[in-house]
Amino acid sequence: MAFSDYETGDPVVDEKAPGGPIAERWDTRRFQAKLVNPANRRKQSVLVVGTGLAGGAAGATLAEQGYHVVQFCYQDSPRRAHSIAAQGGINAAKNYRNDGDSVHRLFYDTVKGGDFRSRESNVHRLAQVSVEIIDQCVAQGVPFAREYGGLLDTRSFGGVQVSRTFYARGQTGQQLLLGAYQALSRQIAAGNVEMHPRTEMLDLIVVDGRARGIVARDLVSGRIATYFGDAVVLASGGYGNVFYLSTNAMNSNATAVWRAHRRGAYFANPCFTQIHPTCIPRTGDHQSKLTLMSESLRNDGRIWVPKVKGDLRPAREIPEDERDYYLERIYPAFGNLVPRDIASRAAKNVCDEGRGVGPGGQGVYLDFADAIGRMGRAKVEEKYGNLFDMYERITAENPYEVPMRIYPAVHYTMGGLWVDYDLQTTVPGLFAIGEANFSDHGANRLGASALMQGLADGYFVLPSTINDYLARHPHDDAVDAGHPQAAAVVRQTEERLARLLAVDGDRTPDSFHREIGELMWEFCGMARTESGLRKALERIPEIRAEFWRRIKVPGSGEEFNQSLEKANRIVDYLELAELMCLDALHRGESCGGHFREESQTPDGEAARRDEEFSYAAAWEYRAAGDGPKDESGGPGAPVLHKEDLVFEYVHPTQRSYA
Amino acid sequence: MALDTRTDRRPSFAGLLWGSTVGKKTAMAVSGVVMLLYLVAHLLGNLKIFFGAGEFDAYGQWLRTVGEPFLHHEWFLWIARVVLVVCVVTHGVAAYQLSRRDIAARPTGYVHKRRRASYATRTMRWGGVILALFIVWHILDLTTLTVNPRAESGHPYENLVASFDRWYVAAFYIVAMLALGLHIRHGFWSAAQTLGVGSRARDRVLKTVADVLALVLTAGFVSLPVAVLCGWVS
Amino acid sequence: MKLTLRVWRQKSPDVPGAMAAYEVDGISPDMSFLEMLDTLNEELILGGQEPVAFDHDCREGICGACSLVINGDAHGPERTTTCQLHMRSFRDGDTIDVEPWRAAAFPVVKDLVVDRSSFDRIIQAGGYVAVPTGAAPDAHATPVPKPDADFAFEHAECIGCGACVAACPNGSAMLFTSAKVNHLNVLPQGAPERESRVLEMVSTMDDEGFGGCTLAGECATACPKGIPLFSITSMNREFVRAARKRR
Repeated sequence: MAFSDYETGDPVVDEKAPGGPIAERWDTRRFQAKLVNPANRRKQSVLVVGTGLAGGAAGATLAEQGYHVVQFCYQDSPRRAHSIAAQGGINAAKNYRNDGDSVHRLFYDTVKGGDFRSRESNVHRLAQVSVEIIDQCVAQGVPFAREYGGLLDTRSFGGVQVSRTFYARGQTGQQLLLGAYQALSRQIAAGNVEMHPRTEMLDLIVVDGRARGIVARDLVSGRIATYFGDAVVLASGGYGNVFYLSTNAMNSNATAVWRAHRRGAYFANPCFTQIHPTCIPRTGDHQSKLTLMSESLRNDGRIWVPKVKGDLRPAREIPEDERDYYLERIYPAFGNLVPRDIASRAAKNVCDEGRGVGPGGQGVYLDFADAIGRMGRAKVEEKYGNLFDMYERITAENPYEVPMRIYPAVHYTMGGLWVDYDLQTTVPGLFAIGEANFSDHGANRLGASALMQGLADGYFVLPSTINDYLARHPHDDAVDAGHPQAAAVVRQTEERLARLLAVDGDRTPDSFHREIGELMWEFCGMARTESGLRKALERIPEIRAEFWRRIKVPGSGEEFNQSLEKANRIVDYLELAELMCLDALHRGESCGGHFREESQTPDGEAARRDEEFSYAAAWEYRAAGDGPKDESGGPGAPVLHKEDLVFEYVHPTQRSYA
Repeated sequence: MALDTRTDRRPSFAGLLWGSTVGKKTAMAVSGVVMLLYLVAHLLGNLKIFFGAGEFDAYGQWLRTVGEPFLHHEWFLWIARVVLVVCVVTHGVAAYQLSRRDIAARPTGYVHKRRRASYATRTMRWGGVILALFIVWHILDLTTLTVNPRAESGHPYENLVASFDRWYVAAFYIVAMLALGLHIRHGFWSAAQTLGVGSRARDRVLKTVADVLALVLTAGFVSLPVAVLCGWVS
Repeated sequence: MKLTLRVWRQKSPDVPGAMAAYEVDGISPDMSFLEMLDTLNEELILGGQEPVAFDHDCREGICGACSLVINGDAHGPERTTTCQLHMRSFRDGDTIDVEPWRAAAFPVVKDLVVDRSSFDRIIQAGGYVAVPTGAAPDAHATPVPKPDADFAFEHAECIGCGACVAACPNGSAMLFTSAKVNHLNVLPQGAPERESRVLEMVSTMDDEGFGGCTLAGECATACPKGIPLFSITSMNREFVRAARKRR
């Protein structure tokens, strides 16, 4: 049976979302949720995987509430989670500007921005909670930008008409993460959080249908150990690194969510990936990651390519009438400020026509000559100086003199583990928060919303909803390493690592990662076609088979071994990639970050097909029915469970930016 | 449960200072500044040598009578000596303890070595050792007169000239004064930072004051043996 | 470009290490330093040797994971993180020495990887504002004068990489500690714990085995985020003030 021969199972329903007026649902749910007696909380422990905005905030908050938290991160310190790299800002419906913002408007913008593929209840809650996040972070000492009167500054971001984005220069993510890290540090010092840095989750332990623990590897000693708790929270981030080149950190990975998926958690909308239009293009095959530059550059820069293909003259020697300012030409109303997905796709199109610039023709110009002429160099420097410096450091080109070159890159994954309103996955006791879940951004995430969602989940949503689960499952049936289920998971993990070390082939982990990444970028990247996706679905099992035949991992498992870490992550990418392609293939519409060439309007824009696809696709893992028993055979065809999306407050419309 | 910052320890002010690297540096800064002030006074007194034996010896005599009749004879001098000994010991012990710590903090050095920091900064430790040895000799030579060739109590002018007439003594003195200059150059600025009075705006002023102090004190003190060796003072 | 690398190799904390020499060829000036090491590692793996272990993650200069001393300089010749250093800063034929951060408080884990958990413990001693989730007043309840906010931000930029310790002749963590003390102590939100914060953090810094400060200034020169040396001056002031108040 081919992987694409999936079955459609029963619809999946979010049973936790209360009905009633949308503005009251969060209060209703909080009131309905059972509470745990403070005296009983310290007997209950929660495992939290990841220490980014969501995980760090959740760990600190749960510990403050009195739970015993056991937390993990693969980095050497919880302060290094990749949330730290977010630049732009964080949205909140504070309406400090008196410019007409409100919780409802943020809710509306987010549902619309997500191209009507998110859940209204969740998004409304996110908008409500956004207000409290800013209060919390300011109280923690997060140094947001301020005005001369001492009050917080905000800016407009991502084409929104209100100024609701709070920021800390270009390092908002860093400052918010350090706030969460410090709150977590305080709980670590108090003994309420048991922190395990340099420890990577490798599998989930499910006992009697409930998530009860994890298997993790101490990355320094190589020791595989089990950890048990009354609930498990995954805050392990997104899976953009399946593309090899992305703006994710080098070690960001999908293992935690994928292993949870293999143990029964549904994976929703895996094909929804966001490609960011303003990244620094790659310079060669040695490229290991891509660097994002703030979208704000598009406010003043003009994007162009030469009119004829193969024009190799330096940018400044190409006369004005031989340049194609293609965004301004195609979208005269919005020009260079069209949404991320549209700008990205347009760049791909002109490069596919052979008009791209720079090494390999994979780039377009972002030109500030007009802006410098209009505002003067000093003004441009004041607005964008740090970004220009960063660009020059990486490319050794001075963007004041020659236009910047930019190209889109994978940036964020909207898909993730399916969760209900309580952020609980389909495995009872397993929760997913932040980028690791699928819930709030639909098919496209708006700028400055990732930080908002991570912190909303971590500080406010999960700490309220997890109580209900913990109250219903008091700590009276401890599971330990001696449990047969736990022992079995440990054995499988050890066997997997041993096998990776035993192959002793002739290809490095990176070479496979690069191969799968290039395949995904080509066929499951900015534009997807049925034939391309089918080709990818054919190719992935071949790569996987080759991987298990030719992988070479030096060293042993009982030591610090970065090659083994990499190889083990690739095992999971090789399966996840397949599901992403399948999801992209089955979703025959274009929506948000998912563009199917078969589904476009006559003028080449994304055409959503609400009658057929107004649902979240939650995939259930199926083990292969035949073939080898180990993992080299890959998974069996999954089962699709649809969650119908109902829009009572924001009515779906087709986006138009022409 | 949410906990407040730990508040279980309440040692004394001195205990807090001496118990931490930052506090020890504060003690070094304060003692250093006191010694620096002393040096300024000491230099002004010494420069009287250029006005003849009478004035210089009278100054020496006056030092013993300062504060009379409120203070007994030589009390002022002894108070000053005690304060200075306390400063030297504090400065030295703190420096020794901190240096031990600093060396222990990098048990394995870099294979690729690089010249780091300024000369004045790098020579603080050995310069300090030279100064400590100098102080011992200086006291034996001109205060207790133990090693002075003339050793005539009540005649500091003659004792000093006799001492500096030996070229190697003058040379040691000059080397020690150069070390003093370097020590003050980094030490004064560093003390200002340790005591928290430095800032971006004040930095140029502090550095200039440090340089001027270092230069004036070195030049002033060096002028004595030079004058003796050249025969201008005899 | 063709280069000779001399890299510190140490299998584990308890066995002695040594510098090992490697030749790398075909290096592009556009590569980052870490991409150059990736190239070396690919060759080592295929040649049946163990690759060089080094810490790295975001590769965009903000996570603070990368930590190499290159030719005696923490993060190499440019004032940035190792991941943002490009090979165009070197010349064809150069010999480059690569060593780990060296400090008693940063023991080597393997090759170029060190254990910086002592930094985490300094933060745990007081580098936070004790405000439980949900307990915060409205964000605009307490205005913060812009100069104070800017001062706080300048110090909050610290990425905790440890270059200051690696560069300091005394292996001192004063710049790291002072950055956090200043960030929080200048803000009204951090004021209630102002004294205990500086005292506890300095005390933990000492307990972790970092050296003392001799104001050599190497830390501020090496800091990829430009935390100024005056940060230490401000913390000294805070320390003395706190010691007096807690008498």
